[in-house]
Amino acid sequence: MTIAPERRATRTWPIVGPPIYEGSRIPANIPTILEVPRELANLDDILPVNFGPNHPSTHGVLRLVVDLDGERVVGLRAVIGYLHTGFEKNMEQKTWWKAITYPPRMDYLAFQLNELAFVLAIEKLLALEVPEKATWMRQLMSELSRIHSHLIWLGTAALEIGAISLLFYCFRDRDAVLDLFELVGGQRMHTRYFQAGGLAEDIPDGFYPEARTFCEYMPKAIDEYEALLTRNPIWLERTQGIGLLSADDAIALGQSGPVLRASGVDWDLRRDEPYLAYDQVDFRVPVYENGDVYDRYRVRVDEMRESVRIVEQCLNRLDRMNGKPWIADDRKVVLPPREELHTSMESLIHHFKIVTEGYRVPEGEVYVCVESARGEFGCYVVSDGGPKPWRVKFRAPSFVALEATATCMHEALVADLIAIVGSLDTVMGEVDR
Amino acid sequence: MSADELEQYLGITTLMRAVAWAQTKSMWPDQFGLSCCAMEMIAIVGPRYDIARFGMEAFRASPRQADLLIVSGRVAHKMAAPLRQIYDQMLEPKWVIAMGACASSGGMFNNYTVLQGVDKIVPVDVYVPFCPPRPEALMEGIIRLHEAVQAGIPPAYERRAVAT
Repeated sequence: MTIAPERRATRTWPIVGPPIYEGSRIPANIPTILEVPRELANLDDILPVNFGPNHPSTHGVLRLVVDLDGERVVGLRAVIGYLHTGFEKNMEQKTWWKAITYPPRMDYLAFQLNELAFVLAIEKLLALEVPEKATWMRQLMSELSRIHSHLIWLGTAALEIGAISLLFYCFRDRDAVLDLFELVGGQRMHTRYFQAGGLAEDIPDGFYPEARTFCEYMPKAIDEYEALLTRNPIWLERTQGIGLLSADDAIALGQSGPVLRASGVDWDLRRDEPYLAYDQVDFRVPVYENGDVYDRYRVRVDEMRESVRIVEQCLNRLDRMNGKPWIADDRKVVLPPREELHTSMESLIHHFKIVTEGYRVPEGEVYVCVESARGEFGCYVVSDGGPKPWRVKFRAPSFVALEATATCMHEALVADLIAIVGSLDTVMGEVDR
Repeated sequence: MSADELEQYLGITTLMRAVAWAQTKSMWPDQFGLSCCAMEMIAIVGPRYDIARFGMEAFRASPRQADLLIVSGRVAHKMAAPLRQIYDQMLEPKWVIAMGACASSGGMFNNYTVLQGVDKIVPVDVYVPFCPPRPEALMEGIIRLHEAVQAGIPPAYERRAVAT
């Protein structure tokens, strides 16, 4: 079985609003490098500054080598690899169901979404039907993950620009999201709740009222953030008109997610190439036209509101599914129920086989993408028919977003550098993998 | 009456004890986030866990102002040299917490790039297990470290060298 990735090169992109700037600002053939202009290159005034890998505002261990002319950024090189963990290689050494544990640790802010992409890829190769309840619960968890990711982004990005109190607000509400994860999966982060075929466990009884309380509370919390930032003159001064990225440049650089939508491209995989049950829920895709740091902030805040709406709709559906199965009934792939192990010899054998040897996945290759909190998170998997993946490759949206850094740095000052790098929302775990 | 009780009633103490008490009440951590665990490390500053109760909310961006290095996450070989450099820049006395499975032992990443335990390059005082540890677990590690300091146990670099 071969499923070729769909080609999107010929697509016409829905662009909103007037062009942000004329022409292209991509500085070089290698878009991550901003060369010092020739007329400045021989001056003694150019000051190379090393920024990172341990710097409080690099969102992890990013290292930038910046050339400064006074306060102006004239040259930029990104050095990555400080968090290279060898995920893809390591996953080849693990059986399919053990490998599910790895993707969440890449993008540790939107962990459920990474897990989802890999699990969907396995299911596509196995041609496995997933019960409706599992699909809706997955969708709910993905949206909670998106809220979690945007909360941490907002807290840390605002902290870097000087709004310290936002960090405390956002981490207060992040704990509320993590409480829901803990209720369901037993752990705050990296729950590994998604299983090939459905969910690892049924949804616990207390989850629905807790989640409803959260849905009532969260929009008010978002109002609080907006009251602090959206019309705050200092915030506007630091973010508006900074880090411009036009729609054409964003597309040329392969951007996706909030960065793309802030540049006026109306593109969201959840709506345009629906997976899970996104075609059955009602939500708006926020798009802004100015392509600056401020608009990226607006897109993310609006997305949090929409995510809360999706969570509510998922809860309405799940309410009616009490007692329905949460995992596919395929004993070759899915672990048998715990209680059967004591009574059924066959179940015990299946359990033993899956745990020790793992299940086999038919030969083939597959590309699955989901709309992660940072954009298109793709998972390309090749199976040779054995119990372990033959090759796993991830398309990390953070890595692509990082490539836009040099383009956004047009006439930027060194203080803007922090705001711009923050606004692209790169997670180094995902960049380096 | 034991020596401890006498100290308590009369309000006398030794200089070493007074210093150890002061060290535990303002042990400033270095702001050094690596990966997943860094999120839980930031969470202890947040309102629910509130590390300010221990006088530790001042995360220092410069290692020269920090007393405690929390290695929060997996250390790639490429990161090992900067990590050791940060540790060397810290002034003595200094302590190290290896937070999470990856920093303690390499965790689930037994491969070509991840350092199999940060104790190979810096002497570690406290190991906090799990992946990632809950903020409560990290705070338990911090309290254990405080207890050790108050009991007069010297920092790890005085007791053992790093594994080679």
